[in-house]
Amino acid sequence: MASLKDMRNRIASVKATRKITKAMQMVAAAKLRRAQEAATAARPYAERMDAVLAGLASKVADKKSASPLLVGTGKDDVHLLVVMTAERGLCGGFNTNIAKLARADAQRLIAAGKTVKIMTVGRKGAENLKRDLNKNIVERTDLRGVRQIGFANAEELADKLLAMFDAGEFDVATMYFSEFRSVIAQKPTALQIIPAKIRETGGEDTSRSAHAVHEYEPSEEEVLGFLLNRNIATQVFRGLLENAASEQGARMTAMDNATRNAGDMINKLTIAYNRKRQANITKELIEIISGAEAL
Amino acid sequence: MAGTFKFELVSPERILLAVDAEQVVVPGSEGDFAVLPGHAPVIATLRPGVLDVMAGGARKRLFVKSGFADVDPVRLTILAQKAYDVEEMTGSVVAEELKLAEAELAGAQSDEARTAADTLVNELRKISAKAA
Repeated sequence: MASLKDMRNRIASVKATRKITKAMQMVAAAKLRRAQEAATAARPYAERMDAVLAGLASKVADKKSASPLLVGTGKDDVHLLVVMTAERGLCGGFNTNIAKLARADAQRLIAAGKTVKIMTVGRKGAENLKRDLNKNIVERTDLRGVRQIGFANAEELADKLLAMFDAGEFDVATMYFSEFRSVIAQKPTALQIIPAKIRETGGEDTSRSAHAVHEYEPSEEEVLGFLLNRNIATQVFRGLLENAASEQGARMTAMDNATRNAGDMINKLTIAYNRKRQANITKELIEIISGAEAL
Repeated sequence: MAGTFKFELVSPERILLAVDAEQVVVPGSEGDFAVLPGHAPVIATLRPGVLDVMAGGARKRLFVKSGFADVDPVRLTILAQKAYDVEEMTGSVVAEELKLAEAELAGAQSDEARTAADTLVNELRKISAKAA
């Protein structure tokens, strides 16, 4: 049986833990707001880009000579999985969920006889995947020193991807990240970025450029080529931002739970401690009284 | 030609400028062109250069580093990779960009990349000469 002193120490330690988790929750909440703002601010660019690309792609798609970034290399033997995760843990199932999705896909592809290459962005994904897929990891990128993700980070990654694609190192690239639905809901998502999946120009946006007859300068092909290149960076940027927001959301929820659990634990421990203390007092009283009676 | 059109300058990180403009001169890769209300729809790539925006009688100059312009009769959207207000381009900012651009020029692999880097260097030199 633990002594009273042990129990006091235990309570003090849980209280300290609660303070830490509470602080982490508040930090995550503050960071979340900033990450969310960044994600929202980046949306117009991506949307416009999508709209213009969709309009262009529908015109050029039938041409055989279109860029391999759009129509693919004609093969799908080598798959590159770009797995984006956080740099730090303590954010619930965030990292594991992304890794789990990527791992399932990797195993499915390997079973189908394809070659799988993995590029990890963020330390946690690499740590998680290297247990069983270490030999498939071809590239690791760390964003540890990065406080606020800028477009430059995305561009660097996109340049790497494009260089690998040009060198014929893979046929299909898929990006794994966590889509930010809300503070409490983040959905691990797989998004194919090469060849680009262009949304079909549906009837919903009749007023916009997709249906207007545009002229292109210098030429449709050149504009499309330029845009497809930029599109990779834009998609990567979007993934990074969504991931950053999701990470903070997940951490906030996880830390909120941890804080609550610590509170529950403190209550339970305090009750046990008080019982023990009273039992001790009662015991001492009985000893004194029975001692006095014996006289 | 009275009236205005919606002009938006968007960078990957945020919307930099959204105004009703009377005229914007865009540095297209095939040459500069001015956009007035009712311009025919064009999608053009940009070269590094200076955007000249006339809005509400005031003139605003912005330096853009590659991107593209989406023009239709009622609006102009410029998606720029990087953009600065020329007024805010002080010596140090220009010098830094210039250094980057020169490094790019030195390391350029293809003719295209070299031409692009070269234009960038030239434009930046022009601005830094003006700033000095």
